[in-house]
Amino acid sequence: MKGRLRRLFNSRERKITAVVVVLALVAAVTWAAWPAPAPATVATRDVTITAPGGPGIDEPVQLDSTLYLPAQTPAPAVIMAHGFGGSKRSVAANAEQLARDGFVVLAYSARGFGASTGQIGLDSLDYEIPDGRAIVDWLGTQPEVVQDGADDPRVGVTGASYGGALSLMLAGTDPRVDAAVPLITWNDLEQSLFPNAQATPADQRATTPAAASGVGDGVFKKFWTSTLMASITTGAALSASPTGVAQGDSGDSGFVRRGGTSSSSAAAPSGQSTAPDAGGTGDGTAQTPAAISAACGRMRVELCAGYAQAAQTGRITPAFSTLLEKSSPKSVVGDITAPTLLVQGERDTLFPLSEADANARAIAANGATVAMTWYNGGHDGGSPDPATEARITEWFQHYLADTGPVPSTAFQYTVEGPLSDTGSARSRTLEAPVYPGLTDATTTDRAAIALSGAPQFVVNPPGASPASISSLPGLSGLASTALSTFAGGLPGQTARFGSQPFGELTLITGTPRVTVTVSKVAVPGNVGAAAGSSAQDDGAVLYGSLSKVSEGGTRTLAGGAVAPIRLTNLPADGSPVTVTVDLPATALQVEAGSTIEVALATTDQAFAGPTAPAAYQISLAGGSIRGTEVAGGVSAPEVPGVRVSASDIPVGQFVGLAVLAVLALLGLILGGRVRSRRSDVDPALVGVPLSITGLGKSYPGGVKAVTDVGFRVEAGQVLGLLGPNGAGKTTTLRMVMGLIQPTQGEIRVFGHKIRPGSDILSRIGSFVEGSGFLPHLSGKANLDLYWKATGRPAADAHMAEALEIAGLGKAVNRKVRTYSQGMRQRLAIAQAMLGLPDLLLMDEPTNGLDPPQIHAMREVLRRYAASGRTVLVSSHLLSEVEQTCSHVVVVHLGRTIASGTVAELVSSSGEMVFSVDDQDAAAAVLRTMADDVELTETGVQADLGTVPPSAAVSALVSAGIAVMAAAPRNRLEDVFLTLIGASGSDETAGAADLAPTSHEVDYGTGSALESASALESSPDNRPNDPGGLTPVGTSSQHGGAE
Amino acid sequence: MSPVHHDHSADAAVAAMNSVTAAVPVTEHGTPVGFAVGRTLPVRVELSRQLRRRRTQVALGFMALLPVILVISFAFGSNNGARGAVSLVDLATSGSINFAMVSLFFSASFLLIVVISLFFGDTIASEASWSSLRYLLAMPVPRIRLIRQKVLVAGLLSVLALSILPVTALIIGGFAYGWNPLSTPVGEQFTFGEGLLRLGIIVGYVAVQLTWVAGLALLLSVSTDAPLGAVGGAVLISILSQILNQIDALGDIRNWLPTHYSFAWTGALVDPVRWDDMIRGGFASLAYAVLFTTLAVLRFRRKDITS
Repeated sequence: MKGRLRRLFNSRERKITAVVVVLALVAAVTWAAWPAPAPATVATRDVTITAPGGPGIDEPVQLDSTLYLPAQTPAPAVIMAHGFGGSKRSVAANAEQLARDGFVVLAYSARGFGASTGQIGLDSLDYEIPDGRAIVDWLGTQPEVVQDGADDPRVGVTGASYGGALSLMLAGTDPRVDAAVPLITWNDLEQSLFPNAQATPADQRATTPAAASGVGDGVFKKFWTSTLMASITTGAALSASPTGVAQGDSGDSGFVRRGGTSSSSAAAPSGQSTAPDAGGTGDGTAQTPAAISAACGRMRVELCAGYAQAAQTGRITPAFSTLLEKSSPKSVVGDITAPTLLVQGERDTLFPLSEADANARAIAANGATVAMTWYNGGHDGGSPDPATEARITEWFQHYLADTGPVPSTAFQYTVEGPLSDTGSARSRTLEAPVYPGLTDATTTDRAAIALSGAPQFVVNPPGASPASISSLPGLSGLASTALSTFAGGLPGQTARFGSQPFGELTLITGTPRVTVTVSKVAVPGNVGAAAGSSAQDDGAVLYGSLSKVSEGGTRTLAGGAVAPIRLTNLPADGSPVTVTVDLPATALQVEAGSTIEVALATTDQAFAGPTAPAAYQISLAGGSIRGTEVAGGVSAPEVPGVRVSASDIPVGQFVGLAVLAVLALLGLILGGRVRSRRSDVDPALVGVPLSITGLGKSYPGGVKAVTDVGFRVEAGQVLGLLGPNGAGKTTTLRMVMGLIQPTQGEIRVFGHKIRPGSDILSRIGSFVEGSGFLPHLSGKANLDLYWKATGRPAADAHMAEALEIAGLGKAVNRKVRTYSQGMRQRLAIAQAMLGLPDLLLMDEPTNGLDPPQIHAMREVLRRYAASGRTVLVSSHLLSEVEQTCSHVVVVHLGRTIASGTVAELVSSSGEMVFSVDDQDAAAAVLRTMADDVELTETGVQADLGTVPPSAAVSALVSAGIAVMAAAPRNRLEDVFLTLIGASGSDETAGAADLAPTSHEVDYGTGSALESASALESSPDNRPNDPGGLTPVGTSSQHGGAE
Repeated sequence: MSPVHHDHSADAAVAAMNSVTAAVPVTEHGTPVGFAVGRTLPVRVELSRQLRRRRTQVALGFMALLPVILVISFAFGSNNGARGAVSLVDLATSGSINFAMVSLFFSASFLLIVVISLFFGDTIASEASWSSLRYLLAMPVPRIRLIRQKVLVAGLLSVLALSILPVTALIIGGFAYGWNPLSTPVGEQFTFGEGLLRLGIIVGYVAVQLTWVAGLALLLSVSTDAPLGAVGGAVLISILSQILNQIDALGDIRNWLPTHYSFAWTGALVDPVRWDDMIRGGFASLAYAVLFTTLAVLRFRRKDITS
């Protein structure tokens, strides 16, 4: 009962374990594979907002807008503006997210984009910015929007790039704006498109890290500008370009995918509205609307013309400069009062970090709250990281919704480590308490990094070709990195000045500056200038850059950018001009051992530099860095920060790894320590080598190998376990060895219950179903290793005796794989006898042995038992059991059907043979008391039934017949056959199998059946009736002899 | 075989019985004096059973031979100058540590998996196929202890194989290409000493990363009596995992593949060491290893041994 309970518990435990494991697996896979739950849909409302056309445009513009509504209204509003080339649809995902965060979001297509009418004015203060104010007006009438007063909605504004500039300029011109978050945008559009990075005295006085306002007459950033123009003239932008980036707008959400269809359909009606406008402004001459549309898309014609002029000459005209001023936040950003979070990209060759720096200075000068984030991305690839997005949301939540803590005005920036094995760099985010230099209390430290390098000559080749490639607009981050890694400027066109290896890890955060002297060198080939042709003098253009060079020679271009300067005052006589260059702003980490290198090149693919051949001598100049004289070096801004980004180490998995490692170690340690499970001992059976009761084994599926086997073996017995093949003998032996778990009943060896691996098995020697040796080892080595594996003292093995029993001679040193069947058999029996176990299990031990060996083996087993030990021999051979065993248990079809001494079994049959002098007379006498009396050559044969043989003998004697001998007629074969015939009449296969192996096949008669019934004792009462099993004597060997 | 000879040996066997003494003394627990389950199948014994196998010797020998074959292969033809990005293999001949690294790189995706599968897939299944399993269990070696001893020895052999390869490659590479600093594809250089440390980290990571193969092979080994099935099954499944890892459509599901981070050890080739993927890979592998091993133990603990 207890055992059954325990089994049940075990199996239930197993089931629970299995279920838990399966559930865990399923959960893990589901969790991993399940598509992210579709976020709740946000209610939207499409509206068209009408705004005045602006100066010179009579017709109002229709702004196609979508209002995203949060779950609860009224709520503060956020105007979300899209990037250049995009539409309101480009920002849909971000708008929905912000609406889920509790804001009414208004996304609209700027004039000239998407389904809005009008022409693109490049965020002009005359056109797009009044549009923004019109939208604020409209929000002031909406019941869903929280109102601060009459016609004053609670409203924030955000957007990236084109939308960022709109955010700044709207915040600067409309005091109703309560918060602004412009991303990756410009301060001065002229400096962005026509940079001239000569450091002005104002720049050098500024104490912010990235001040670089530059001077006028810059170098045209032709690649970026043409790319932007293409995005509106073709209706599609570069697929890789996040030009339209609005907080993670990857470019594929709106305009790219539908570029061929809806964009062109949207352009069609506007084309019609363009023509009157063009005519209205008076610029249009004989141009057809189609031609204008093809050349400029929906851009205002004067802008388009300015672009066309710049693209051809590479220079900016004063008229175009004035136009761009209208499109620059520069003029209004100083009026901003709303708290502003500036987010700028560190990978941005279009709008560098210095643009955000200029915005920050202007806003802070007005006393407004301003915070700065530089993230690892920008127009050259990379959307804001989640931490930055969270910062934006918190900014709005506090300043619009009055929830959450006051957002920090800390300065967050990201630095990249060296190139990693993955091909990209590892980045980490640092934080400084404030963006330094915005107030008088803080300033940016500038370290002087000494450079060295002799004066160098550089040449601008005619046509400025071949040109260096420093950047490609909109290239994804990885390629940009690779580009900056492998492009180091062309030889002969680049002057380089390097530093000593850094002693410690250094961060350059902001705009590094270098002062050089440049002098013109006469170039014979410059025929154009010499001839005084009409070609204008473009001055000297140089592209400054700073690179980190690792110990292994890997070059990383700071900011992935170059800073062009144009020197128009360079004397032709070769007298030098000293100039301080604002190198591209960056957040660059220089590891210990790396150097930095400043390069000045004459060409760059991304810019429209002069095409006339020229040569210059460039040398380092000492300079003054805020009062400190520096002899040829870089002034490197440094903003100390502490790491705020999470460590690279995945903490959860790291802990998991440690836990698993500890688990595995514990498992290994505990797996070796065997639980000292209280063994189940029956004290009454301690002296009994083997006791089996009610043993059964059924396999899943209902196949029963053993149904009900029960017997008991006493010390000193040689017990034969007899049964046909398939009777369940071997399964029983395996259960005794703990290899197979019984499904019912129990086995006790010396009173100890057998479980898998029970200690008591150490008293059993076994040979079951053939040998089991390591074929690559010799017989001797096998026995040695076997004994060593038991862990018992070598002296207890009795190896010498075992080797004698094996009788292999010198073959014992050969590999086992060369052995014959018989040799293995003997070796295995010897192995079973190692250590002289108290109980020896022998399964068909004489298989494969030759007759003398069989004979010897029988003798060995008998003598082994005579030493007080016990031997259990299983066999399907009757003669084997008869000749070896003192006792026998007959098993058939999984049941014990008889047991007792061999003699008892044999005599239990009523058939006797009487050797008499007068056979006929004896037959006559016997017929009176027995059936089936026959006369045979050996004597009179009679089935006495229940009549005791002694009664028959005395009857014969009293009849005057001389009885010379009286013996049971049957041999064990006969008994066995009748037994299995009786118990397995429904299945004779077993008996039939037996037939060939037994001589004198004599199928049972009726009387035999009776005797079988008499012998067959109920297994249930056998343990209570040990008398039936009591051995007659260990010496009872009659019937065993030939 | 003459009958005389038989009689002689048979007589000797019978005569040996004369020296059979009285019963072996037993302890209060009923076991023979001198027997303790905690001492069964010592690691030393199991190691000597395995080390004498030709299969073990060949596997270990091949690990030592591979660097020699690689040196000879690299000697053929000249490097035509790397075009484009430099790979680890391009740097193979730049020094002994680089050479050892490349030897590991070549072996990691298949050879090492086969070797580990061989050592672990063979544990129980080969005993079953030799029929020696039942005698070990009836000795008795408790089942969990048997698995533990087998795992210890297979683990020792695996670590041995995993060490032989880089050590041999280091020595052979040193004589063939010089004891130079370690150069990495991203252009970094480590001193010889630092390079050795990095190589050590890599070998350590590869060892941890391959634990899942070991666990899988063990699970298969207790589930089948055919050693080839266990070894082959483990190799097949790891190849399947490698193939699935190539399919981009599976997206992030691939992060759960045990082989996904099998080359995360390249993180040891940068400064500072990039641990993140190694930790992810180590965690995933160990998780699979612990899962498979637990299943193997649960399965084997109650299994009917019919081999």
